Amino acid sequence: MTLTGIASQILEVVAALALAPLLSGWVSQCRAWLQNKSAPSLLQPYRTLHKLFNKDSVLADRASSLFRAAPYIVFGCMALACGIVPTLSTELPLSPAADAIALVGLFALARVFISLAAMDVGTAFGTLGARREMLIGFLAEPALLMVLFTASLISQSTSLTTIVETLAHRELAIYPSLALAGVAFTIVSLAENARVPVDNPATHLELTMIHEALILEYSGRHLALLEWAAALKLFAYSAIGLALFFPWGVAEAESPLALLLAAPVLVLKLGIGGAFLAALETVSAKMRIFRVPEFLATAFLLAVMAMLTRILLGA
Amino acid sequence: MSSLSGQLINFFAVVLLLLAFAMISQRRVLSLIHFFTMQGIALVAATVVVAYATGQSHLYVSAGITLVLKVFLIPWLLHRVIDRLGVRWDVETLINIPTTMLIGIVLVIFSFNLAAPISELSSSIARGTLGIALACVLLSFMMMITRSKAVPQVIGFLSMENGLFFAATAATYGMPMVVELGIALDVLVGILILGVFMFHIREQFDSLDIRHLEKLKEE
Repeated sequence: MTLTGIASQILEVVAALALAPLLSGWVSQCRAWLQNKSAPSLLQPYRTLHKLFNKDSVLADRASSLFRAAPYIVFGCMALACGIVPTLSTELPLSPAADAIALVGLFALARVFISLAAMDVGTAFGTLGARREMLIGFLAEPALLMVLFTASLISQSTSLTTIVETLAHRELAIYPSLALAGVAFTIVSLAENARVPVDNPATHLELTMIHEALILEYSGRHLALLEWAAALKLFAYSAIGLALFFPWGVAEAESPLALLLAAPVLVLKLGIGGAFLAALETVSAKMRIFRVPEFLATAFLLAVMAMLTRILLGA
Repeated sequence: MSSLSGQLINFFAVVLLLLAFAMISQRRVLSLIHFFTMQGIALVAATVVVAYATGQSHLYVSAGITLVLKVFLIPWLLHRVIDRLGVRWDVETLINIPTTMLIGIVLVIFSFNLAAPISELSSSIARGTLGIALACVLLSFMMMITRSKAVPQVIGFLSMENGLFFAATAATYGMPMVVELGIALDVLVGILILGVFMFHIREQFDSLDIRHLEKLKEE
């Protein structure tokens, strides 16, 4: 563990915490532009977080300690996930602690706690949201694992830093299997981040909501943490997508100067990715909840096909 | 013969497979036509790359024919047909889509394994593509079997021809020009005849469901 390693690790987590609200602000701004609405400020998520942190948190009478602990656990999981995925540098002291499979486990841990907390108070909406979240989660997780396995097969390692090193710092090669995996990953991240074909992030009171139903009972700093965690999750998923499919520009080990170059490249890539997400959300319509399993099954089968292409054809 | 062009051909092959798979999971007729058009574009791109990599100039001609026929003419004809028939937004009922997709995966594994020993012997630029092309053909074939309406069946037939054309291009650098011209003309005439046929089915049974054709007696 070197000094640059520790520096890049800290820098990466700080960058994730700072940029995550900006990314979600950018996505909603792009969405508003594409839908011919006047766009909210790019800094709106920060203002919301600031407002919520300054408000008192109101708890239900029957809320247990689990209900109070869940926002911190979820936030911690997402922050750690952002620390593991290489966005700026591949020299991360934290990354041996968790590989790609543990990363999926982290997301699952956060999901379990937020669902338990939603059921804790006992409102109908919370339970409904928790069930839907679980329905989506158990279908999305295997697909995400398959996508990560495809990348692992190419780089012969499940460690995310090794994957990025292998994909980024080798001569330019087009992997057809990664093209299939990329489509599958897009579907999974839409579902996991409660985006349009599966859930609408812009609604707060709707019978079909999933993410909002989970956090309906939260207020004040708890809600702020959960909103921030949601932004971090979007950031983490974008970072995974960039790491697997567009890994260029990430700094190598032992090169502090490249770190300076990596930051603007990351911002640029996230900006393009966010605009792409907004465009995708604008052109698609929200689907019925019972169509979602089919949608995610498609993602899983595409990911399986990506793996087959890699194993059987070596492409 | 650079490795980059080989990778590009593999990439377009996978795009073809992806689109064949997307067609299976699609319910709406209009999206099916969009997917078919995209498949045509991928096919043209793959043919151009093969032509460039191997220096076979006649492949440029067949890429041009494919572009005109499968990207412009046939999709335009299909759009006209579904407009006239009023099935533009037709949501088709068929055998359970997830099951169909699972069968699709089995078909993909089967064709990859089947093509593996053949690819070993081949020395052409993109050896892996034979399996993918075979998978495309089988997937489109399955689409023809599982769909009950006439228009998706026709699209399945056309997409199967795409798979065959790709197999010919990638594995053997294209067929002789006469054969290719003949097939292109056949497909064009086929789509015209099938278009007329669809109108007749509709006139006779007030529906495009081909299950009505199984009844022999008048009621």
